[in-house]
Amino acid sequence: MTGGKIESAELRSEHCAIVRDPINVAGIKKELEHPEDGAALYFDGVVRNNTRGRRTLYLNYEAYESMALNEMERLAQAALEQFKVRQVRLVHRLGRLEIGETSVLIGVASAHRAAAFEACRWLIDTLKKTVPIWKKEYFEDGAVWADGEAFPEEIRVNK
Amino acid sequence: MRVKVLLFGQLKDIIGRQEDLLELEPGAKLATVMTHYAERYPKFQGLSKSIACSLNQEYAQGTAMLQEGDEVGLLPPVSGGRS
Repeated sequence: MTGGKIESAELRSEHCAIVRDPINVAGIKKELEHPEDGAALYFDGVVRNNTRGRRTLYLNYEAYESMALNEMERLAQAALEQFKVRQVRLVHRLGRLEIGETSVLIGVASAHRAAAFEACRWLIDTLKKTVPIWKKEYFEDGAVWADGEAFPEEIRVNK
Repeated sequence: MRVKVLLFGQLKDIIGRQEDLLELEPGAKLATVMTHYAERYPKFQGLSKSIACSLNQEYAQGTAMLQEGDEVGLLPPVSGGRS
């Protein structure tokens, strides 16, 4: 169920996936793009080598996997509807990730670039606030769960 | 009735388990589960304003009624990162 004892295989929905192996960026591009698109835009979230100047060794991502996939798919559907883009892909990786590796990839294909930029920005910002995925940062002298962003008001339990 | 509670991120570390089975009185709500942990774990209590709950894998409010066999998730703020 989480990053711990049960290492599930890859989970997929219509527009999304949660994977443990390195994200196949070339494969996703090939799957996403189509001759009718005038814009294909990607957000590639990579593991940074420091947090506020403290050197990071690696990260470990874990998720409430089935719920995370449902929430990602919900965002994908909302983006298609709201921004009228032609196609989207959201892929998140879990487990241990090294500096420079891709943790999340978002792809948006659209006839025109403006909608693609807006959809892509909304998808990554919303994913980071609402999809139940957590990261633990490993430093030379210990490990901490990264401070998450506050949940939007409507999904907090105690307001 | 029994519900399954899943704990994630720092909540898993505070409580020392990834999963619990709780025996609750009929009429229990999601807020009952929050109170159960807040009373036993001061660190959980300290975080309770920032926690979200899921009921059967959907975000839900404290007033949501629980049923036998429900799956409750206690979710600390997600991984975020400055935009």
